[in-house]
Amino acid sequence: MSKTYYNTEDLRKFKNITDWSEELGEKFFEYYGSVFKEGALTAREKSLIALAVSHVVKCPYCIDAYTKDGLQKGITKEEMMEAVHVGAAIESGATLVHGVQMMNKYEKLSM
Amino acid sequence: MIKKSLHLREDHLSKPQKQLEILSNGIFKDGSLPTFKHKISNGQDHPLRANKLEILQLNLGYMCNQVCEHCHVDAGPDRKEIMSKDTMLQCLDVIKKTGVHTLDLTGGAPEMNPNFRWFVEEASKLGIADFIVRSNLTIIKANKKYHDLPLFFKEHNIHVVSSMPHWTKGKTDKQRGDGVFQKSIEALQELNEIGYGMPGSSLKLDLVYNPSGAFLPGDQTALEIEFKRNLITDFQINFHNLFAITNLPISRFLDYLLVSDNYEDYMYTLVDAFNPAALANVMCTNTLSVSWDGWLYDCDFNQMLELKVNSKVKHINDFNEEVLWNRDIVISQHCYGCTAGAGSSCQGSVI
Repeated sequence: MSKTYYNTEDLRKFKNITDWSEELGEKFFEYYGSVFKEGALTAREKSLIALAVSHVVKCPYCIDAYTKDGLQKGITKEEMMEAVHVGAAIESGATLVHGVQMMNKYEKLSM
Repeated sequence: MIKKSLHLREDHLSKPQKQLEILSNGIFKDGSLPTFKHKISNGQDHPLRANKLEILQLNLGYMCNQVCEHCHVDAGPDRKEIMSKDTMLQCLDVIKKTGVHTLDLTGGAPEMNPNFRWFVEEASKLGIADFIVRSNLTIIKANKKYHDLPLFFKEHNIHVVSSMPHWTKGKTDKQRGDGVFQKSIEALQELNEIGYGMPGSSLKLDLVYNPSGAFLPGDQTALEIEFKRNLITDFQINFHNLFAITNLPISRFLDYLLVSDNYEDYMYTLVDAFNPAALANVMCTNTLSVSWDGWLYDCDFNQMLELKVNSKVKHINDFNEEVLWNRDIVISQHCYGCTAGAGSSCQGSVI
C-alpha cells in the first residue's frame, strides 16, 4: 500500500483536532460554522469563495469539501471553474505585480 | 448511450437479496460504521413504529419510458410488472375504509398502466385531500395518446409532482437520458399554460430534486430559490415547491456508487449526517406502500428491496388497518438516506 502525506479519509477526522485542544478546537469550529452561515453574502457565494481560496492555498481536503459542497448547493461546473480562475488570476497577479519590484531594482542598479 | 435496467442486463444487483447483502457487509459488518438499528437503538424513536396511516402510495408498475441512472425502482421500458384492475379495486376499498388524506401514485411511469385513467377517475370521486401523480414529464410528450394528460390531470384536480434534477440541460440529460431536459421543459410549459404551478393557483405543481451524483441535497429552501430563479429567467416556467430528496443506496444508484468507487464515502456521508430530528419525522411512520402485485411495504424503497411489512397482514387481500398500526418498521442501512441532514421523504425534507 502506498503511503502519502495526504489521505482522503483524514478529512473525516478533521473534527478530531479538538481531542488534543478542546477549547481552541471548539472555538475554531464555532467560528467556522458562523462564517459560512447566510449573511450579507449567501451561503452559495461563500461556497464559491471557499472553493477559489482552496485552490490558492492548494489544500486537497478543502478542494474535495468545497467541490462537494458546491454540488450540494446546485452550483454548476462552469461557475466552479470560473471561481478557480478568479483564484488563479489573483495568485498569478500577485506573482506578476512583483515584477514591478524587479523593474525598480533593475533600474536602480543600472547605469 | 442507451441505458438499460439492471433487470434487463441480468445484473446481480437486480436481486434485492444481493443489495441487502452489500448493505450489511463490509464497513457495516467490520464495525467501521454502525448499522442503522444500532444507531437508533439508544434514542427515543426506537423501535421505529408505524403510527396512523395517512398516506397511501401505490406503485402502478415498474414500466417507464425513461431509464434514469439513479432510479431506485430499476424501472424501464423492459419492465412488465403492472398493477391489475383487481388490485386497483382493492386499493379503492382501502381508501374508502381508511380515510387517508393523501393518495400518491408512482411507478415507473404510472400513466403507462392501461387502467391508469380509469383508476384516477374512480379514486378522485372519493374526496381525497391530496391526490398526487408522480409524473416524469416526458411521458406527456412520449406518445400522442399521452398528449392530453395535462388536461386530464386538471379535470381531476391532480397534484402533479415531477422530477427535475437541475435547471441545466447537461446535468438533467446525464441523469435521466438524452433529450429529457427539452421534453421536460416543454411539458412544464404546457402545465403552466393550463394553470398548473402558477402563483396562487390551486393546481399544484411541485418538482422533485435528486442530486445527480454521490452527494446529498443541499438546503431545500435555497435550492428552490435557485430553481425558481433559473427556470423563470430561462424558460418562463413557474412551479410551487421543490422537494429535495436524498438518493438511497439501492438498485441503480447503489450500482452507480459501487462502479464509481463512491459507495463507502457515500455511506460515511449519510451516517455522519444522521439527524435524530429527521428520524422522528420519517415517512414510513404514516405511509403504506402497495406494490403492483398488492404486497404491502413500509415505503417504496423497502418495496424494491422486497422487505414486506412486519405484520400478520402483508397483502392488500387481507388489509386491516388496526393490525398494521404500531407495527415495527423494517429497517436496514438504506434507511440512513431518510435521516441524513434535514431528512428525506417523498415530500422532500422532513424538518
